Amino acid sequence: WCVLPSRVLLVLTSQKGIQMYESDGSIMVYWHALDVTEHPPAQAVFARGIAAAGGRFICVGTSSGLVLVFDIPPKGTNITVSEVLEQHHDAITDIAAELGQAPDGAGDLVTADDAGTLCIWSTGEEFTLLSKIPAFGCCCASVKLWNGIVAAGYGNGQIRLYEVATGLLRAEVNAHARWIYALDLAPQTGKLLSGAEDSFVHVWKLSRNPDTDDVEIEHCHAECVTDTQVCGARFCDPEGNSFAVTGYDLSEIYCYGRA
Amino acid sequence: MVTEGELPARRQWRLSANLPAFLLTVARAVVLRCCLDVILIISLPVLCLFVCFPRGRRWGMGPAPDRGLARAGAGLARALACPHRPRRRLPIGPLVAGQQRRRRRRGSAVAMSARTLPLLFLNLGGEMLYILDQRLRAQSIPGEKARKVMNDIITTMFNKKFMEELFKPQELYSKKALRTVYDRLAHASIMRLNQASMDKLYDLMTMAFKYQVLLCPRPKDILLVTFNHLDAIKDFIRDSPGILNQVDETFRQLIETYSCLSAGEFQLIRQTLLIFFQDMHIRVSIFLKDKVQNSNGRFVLPISGPVPWGTEVPGLIRIFNHNGDEVKRTEFTTDGNYVTPQREGSFDLYGDRVLKLGTNMYSVSRPVETHMSDSSKNLASRAKENIVPNPLAKEELNFLARLLGGLEIKEPGGSETGFRLNLFTTDEEEEYAQVLLGWGVCCSAMWTALETKVGP
Repeated sequence: WCVLPSRVLLVLTSQKGIQMYESDGSIMVYWHALDVTEHPPAQAVFARGIAAAGGRFICVGTSSGLVLVFDIPPKGTNITVSEVLEQHHDAITDIAAELGQAPDGAGDLVTADDAGTLCIWSTGEEFTLLSKIPAFGCCCASVKLWNGIVAAGYGNGQIRLYEVATGLLRAEVNAHARWIYALDLAPQTGKLLSGAEDSFVHVWKLSRNPDTDDVEIEHCHAECVTDTQVCGARFCDPEGNSFAVTGYDLSEIYCYGRA
Repeated sequence: MVTEGELPARRQWRLSANLPAFLLTVARAVVLRCCLDVILIISLPVLCLFVCFPRGRRWGMGPAPDRGLARAGAGLARALACPHRPRRRLPIGPLVAGQQRRRRRRGSAVAMSARTLPLLFLNLGGEMLYILDQRLRAQSIPGEKARKVMNDIITTMFNKKFMEELFKPQELYSKKALRTVYDRLAHASIMRLNQASMDKLYDLMTMAFKYQVLLCPRPKDILLVTFNHLDAIKDFIRDSPGILNQVDETFRQLIETYSCLSAGEFQLIRQTLLIFFQDMHIRVSIFLKDKVQNSNGRFVLPISGPVPWGTEVPGLIRIFNHNGDEVKRTEFTTDGNYVTPQREGSFDLYGDRVLKLGTNMYSVSRPVETHMSDSSKNLASRAKENIVPNPLAKEELNFLARLLGGLEIKEPGGSETGFRLNLFTTDEEEEYAQVLLGWGVCCSAMWTALETKVGP
């Protein structure tokens, strides 16, 4: 779901293209077919990574590394591709927009790719690349942006926190023993949720030390979803008091709440 | 003046002159009416189908993928030089095909890698060979004859044209198409499997590989699993240099195709495989016994043991200041009990793979099957205590026993000597087989349905 100030759209990505529906799923307002000729023959073609940004844009990543920026009018189906961002060389894995308050001059959109490179952008009529965080040898599967902090989950089970303004690493957590599939952030409290293939779901608390301006992260809670590789995890409320979890081969959604 | 006598003659003349035309008109009307009736009878049901099952809108997607897959499957079957093409159920009418197309399209809405098929085929083929090898040894088939069966299947599997077709970037086949390929492969030797036996074999193969893919520590370790299978296949044919060469060639092609892929691309391959195996929860006796599968069919995911190569043991948090210096370290604990891995597996043509997934789990002889004919009484009583009888297994065995009853023994001609494998020789053994939830029993029953005729 992409929540824009004027409307809510349901955006779906698939092997063939991108579909956008009205919030009740009744009408398809836009269909964008992916250009197969852009890709080498053996490479998979797909779209992955969706975020609403800048109040009127929806950004969607593709397997070629391009990020498509769609300009969404308040009403109607006159959606156009306003820009194509070409900084990544590997398939896009995730895109995140600022969920809290970005510091002045800091970017409000982050894109991640298969190689582990992160790009920080400032949104607007024209999107500007502010900084590029180089990869360290591992795929970045999931990314979130909050109050000028990028939280990135990697294929080797690490969560890393970067400062948006400088692009520097501020925290490194050996969080999981397997590939991190899902990250979610509760914007009102700064709680971070991580779910991985090792069957664990962890809840963390992000904060900033007002004196040193250091980014801090502490572990709040661990939950083991027995015999399940967690594929999706989301907070159910903006404070982060409850969350839902899905897994491979699982036909149920498990909901956890604070006692 | 017209007399009464004259009128009838004129009337008669008029009637007789018009009769042929009249009959012709009537005949034409009857034929026309019949044709209309026939057309109505045929078109009404078709019209009804159109009304009741309208074709769905297509959102600008390309041709239905399953047609391409059926073509690919047929292409592979041709490369295998099989006498029969994969049987396809032809649609009854355009609407039924449209319905089927819609059903099959449901599974392909997520990103799929185009490089998955070789890994799927080679690993499933490897599992099939493990099972066949174990059954040949368990039934004490003479070494030379057993080797011939294995050699024939491996030769067909690694056929050059077949491998070329396999390594082309393409989507995965449908489950039916892949099953047909293994059907043909299993019949590449002199061995014959009936439908029920082939079903059992395929279930075992797929669940074993699903387990291996699920438990792979890193996405790249799928390649190590494949290498484990190929190492074992090379061991089966170590005395046949010609076939060994073919296998080595495939090995090199695997290294060339997959060594340069990134972790993200391997994860996509792994996800494609997991989607293929999704919702398959067939219970396998050997997994249930080893406690790697639960009674609901889901695999046990361990939360202890070595972490994947390149991953740190969870628990450490490090904080850095704006200069990049580490300023704080904290730790957290979880229920998991992980340790650092010893070393990385080798991705070369030869080497220690380290990972045990993909090795032959049937090579350890099971007391259940090897001692069945000698001490079946003792084992039967012990089995009754330890193992909960599975009504499903009992039904399977009953079905197989009925199949056995209907089998004919073909007498070999000339100088060939054939033999028949028979499981249920005594009442005691039959009772034991019905009580025991044993993979070995299921497979032995499967093998008694085989007709293995081997030459001298």
